[in-house]
Amino acid sequence: MGEGGRLILLGRIRGRAIAALPLLPFFAVVAIFLIVPTITVIVSAVFDEGRFSLARLQALFSETALSALGKSVLLSGSTALLGAILGALLAWLVVSRPAESLVRRTVLSLCSVLAQFGGVALAFAFLATIGLNGVLTLWVQEHLGWNLAGSGWLYGLPGLILVYTYFQIPLMVIVFLPALEGLREQWREAAVSLGASTWQYWREVAVPLLTPAFLGSALLLFANAFAAYATAAALVSQGSPIVPLLIRSALTSEVVLGQAGFAYALALEMIVVVAVVMVAYNLLVRRTARWLR
Amino acid sequence: MRTAARGALWLLFGAFFLFPLYAMADFSTRNLIKGGRTGAAWANLFADDALYQAIVTSLLLAVLTVVAMLVVLVPTMIWVRLRTPWAKGVVEFMCLLPLTIPALVIVVGLKNVYLWVTYLLGESALTLTFVYVVVVLPFAYRALDAALSAIDLKTLAEAARSLGAGWPTTMLRVVVPNIWSGVLSAAFISVAVVLGEYTIASLSGFQTLQVQIVAIGKSDGPTSVAASLAVLLFGFVLLLGLSLLTRRRRSS
Repeated sequence: MGEGGRLILLGRIRGRAIAALPLLPFFAVVAIFLIVPTITVIVSAVFDEGRFSLARLQALFSETALSALGKSVLLSGSTALLGAILGALLAWLVVSRPAESLVRRTVLSLCSVLAQFGGVALAFAFLATIGLNGVLTLWVQEHLGWNLAGSGWLYGLPGLILVYTYFQIPLMVIVFLPALEGLREQWREAAVSLGASTWQYWREVAVPLLTPAFLGSALLLFANAFAAYATAAALVSQGSPIVPLLIRSALTSEVVLGQAGFAYALALEMIVVVAVVMVAYNLLVRRTARWLR
Repeated sequence: MRTAARGALWLLFGAFFLFPLYAMADFSTRNLIKGGRTGAAWANLFADDALYQAIVTSLLLAVLTVVAMLVVLVPTMIWVRLRTPWAKGVVEFMCLLPLTIPALVIVVGLKNVYLWVTYLLGESALTLTFVYVVVVLPFAYRALDAALSAIDLKTLAEAARSLGAGWPTTMLRVVVPNIWSGVLSAAFISVAVVLGEYTIASLSGFQTLQVQIVAIGKSDGPTSVAASLAVLLFGFVLLLGLSLLTRRRRSS
């Protein structure tokens, strides 16, 4: 490249850099409060006092960590499945109402609150319902004589599955509704005019079209449950049955040597699981996007 | 037959989702000692000093986060569309990234950053604003992106510029009034996110509303339940109001 060409190129780069200056605050905030913490986690998981070491990652294969991972996968998997099936059903009910109707708006607003902003409040909702002095517990005890809250199952894995399902179903409604709305009435009409029954239309047209969106949404639900912390932390105050709670105990009991390193390793494990699931989600969503709109 | 099945499903879903909310209302107004009803738990939202302080802190955080988010994000998104389209992909990726990186991971890696923040700004719960701006980015980005896509930004900006408006005037007095609905929904959703945030606040040791709710729950269940229900209802009213507001806009 000649001298002139290089100057033009340099000038162009400078022009771009100057044009990009107003983007600086945005990138600074994201870099400092999102990228740096993430890199800190990744680096700290494999570097101990400036030296590369796999000791921290090895702790992930201890019995405590493996059992927490297993329970986290069980919790996320079962609530993703339950949430996806029941949520798709509820989305189907919602989509049959006109888009501008008050019912639909109310249901969607409620779904949005429960799915995305509930957190701690949902733990207390279930404590008030089927906790030791819960409304349903007392009612059942009085009228049927059973003890619903017996053995404190609400504070263990079964309780977490119930409460997580309570926010997974609404999340499914929110992420799956666009796909259901994308099913065009003309496709049904076309199928029916070619002699298909309603059952055949669903089996041969709607379900195959919706399957990628359904699986993608289920993956999103899995990642959502795997990374969720607030609800579990409010519900389970003792013990650390799942990965997020194990991270809490590693973070809050740093007096024990090496626990901080353990938190980094667990956080890295979480990044990897969620990233793998989200990549699969994006692939499936791209397939859906082909016929949606 | 089909309508009956539909009706039954609506009833079942309705019961599953509304009963816990009803139970919260019932539980928080029950007088555990004498029986009957009492508003003591709800009065505690203002009477309990620590809880009241936490509510004030969280509301302040919500306002600060909305302001900071708008100041950072709105000019960036407008600028990207007008002057640096090549950066649009990066900006979008960065905005949606917090969906993939859990809040729990951010808080684990935040310690070094926070040493600097507290060194520069002092140890206040309000410093959470910075992290919360990042946490609300995906929600705010989608709301603003939808509004910006709906207007002819280039023509508007060119018209304003050719009439002699500087960039600040163009953005504040020409573009922003045209994306008002997007700004509003970004703000509403951010408020809901901040009021519900527990993970980062609790693990950083700051006393926000959600942290107090959990702390109080260990000794005074009804007050925690009352505060939880209040937050849920507040978020619901916020989002339903937003939904109705945008409908009126669209139909008018």
